[in-house]
Amino acid sequence: MTSTTTQQAAAVLALDPIRCDGRGLCHDAAPHLIELDEWGYPVLPGGTVRANIAKSDLAAARDATHACPVLALHLEKPPPPR
Amino acid sequence: MAGRLGLDTPSSLAAHRDQHGPLPTLPKRHGGSPGGLVDEVERAGLRGRGGGWFPTHLKLRAVVKSSHERGRLSRTRQPVVIGNAMEGEPASSKDEVLLAASPHLVLDGIQAAAQTVGATDAFLAVHRGSPSIGVLERALYERAAARVDDVPITLVTPPARYVSSEESALSHWVGDGIGTPVYPDRPFQRGAAGRPTLVQNAETLAHMALIARHGGSWYSTVGAASAPGTTLVTVGGGVARPGIVEVPTGTSVADILALCGGPTGPIRGYLTGGYGGGWVAGSGFDAVAWDPDSVRNAGGVIGASILWAVDETTCPLEEMARVAAWMAGESAGQCGPCMFGLPTVADDVRALALRQFDEPGMKQLRTRLGLITGRGGCKHPDGTARFVSTGLAAFDDEVALHLDGRCSVVGRRPVTDAHALPVPPVRLTAMDPDGRDFE
Repeated sequence: MTSTTTQQAAAVLALDPIRCDGRGLCHDAAPHLIELDEWGYPVLPGGTVRANIAKSDLAAARDATHACPVLALHLEKPPPPR
Repeated sequence: MAGRLGLDTPSSLAAHRDQHGPLPTLPKRHGGSPGGLVDEVERAGLRGRGGGWFPTHLKLRAVVKSSHERGRLSRTRQPVVIGNAMEGEPASSKDEVLLAASPHLVLDGIQAAAQTVGATDAFLAVHRGSPSIGVLERALYERAAARVDDVPITLVTPPARYVSSEESALSHWVGDGIGTPVYPDRPFQRGAAGRPTLVQNAETLAHMALIARHGGSWYSTVGAASAPGTTLVTVGGGVARPGIVEVPTGTSVADILALCGGPTGPIRGYLTGGYGGGWVAGSGFDAVAWDPDSVRNAGGVIGASILWAVDETTCPLEEMARVAAWMAGESAGQCGPCMFGLPTVADDVRALALRQFDEPGMKQLRTRLGLITGRGGCKHPDGTARFVSTGLAAFDDEVALHLDGRCSVVGRRPVTDAHALPVPPVRLTAMDPDGRDFE
């Protein structure tokens, strides 16, 4: 699992936890980025519903959003650099 | 000092007028600039009493800004005000007590808030079956007869469920009749029927009604500098006279307990803030000042200003187990980590309370508590996880005893009703699968 505390985030991977049904396809698409908890629901890097994504993980994150059958995942612009 | 919120006064409009005078005429909102009270509320330093203690003036400004963003105010962007007296925290009774004595102060506050944000619709929400319904129906009738209100106030009674008092759930219910939390829009952005919605706790509104009359400088002469004014504290558990007291923020826990007749014995720990709050160990906590920052620095959460003392006649782990199970049942069932995580955690705590738990189980429980935090559409899973994790820390000696098959309380004295944390009866009708009427 890659976190982006040191490098500039390329995007934010945002999960709508109400929409999420725990189908697990995001984990299949990006297993190194998204883990599943013991109930089958996705755990993003950092453990909340919004994760900073490094450029090297951007393609995997995009695959995960495309894999979600209920459109619970999407990519947002990164927060402005400070 | 005498209370400001009139807990000892009769509830009629005439008595209210005698004591406080009429609500002054407030400047109307003009375009993107808020009217009414926003500057005075900022000067007062008022912070929301529903549990978050968020600065009220920021919320007022956010609603005005949100409704003005797309240019001219259209019908679909006109703000809505909702007074929140749902009192979803079972251990709290402050809103009920406030409404019984001073309903017109709360209703005045709704008027003041509505004029500040330019709202055209206003609501006051109490939970279905609430004892406040009668007094509010009478108060609203008195106001209609006396033509007091510029913006009509509608009394609404959403289901008596824990998460239905959360502000997005309340907006959802007022707009669409569905009492479940909404994600990710906050009510000030898109609330009831998609309109910018101001949700304020009933006590906050009563304070606003006082600020409207006396000004922000007057208001902040009392209480802690970081959160001025008074607060209604619900005190329960191991005290001689459990009840509601109004004290200036920053009053010491010891002084609050003294107002309630003092502790019934040595206090092992306190539940602060409610079932979405946090436990603190008893030693030293009575010196802490009761304001949001001081309580947080001491490891607690002031929340809805609940202070519950656990003395040596009560096993805190049994209390935690009952409450955790109830909180798990109060999930709206919308998010996986809440729907599945909370019952799992509640089962763990129950096993611990029953002394049928072990070290590997504890380790797994701590992992689960970390895992379910921060992953819900509302803060229900986070609050429940905090309730359990802070309890395990505050009563680590009792946890160790239980893992060893013992309990410091068993065989000493049974828990009396007065000392048991209140857990409402479990409702056997679950939410229907479509999430329609959440009751």
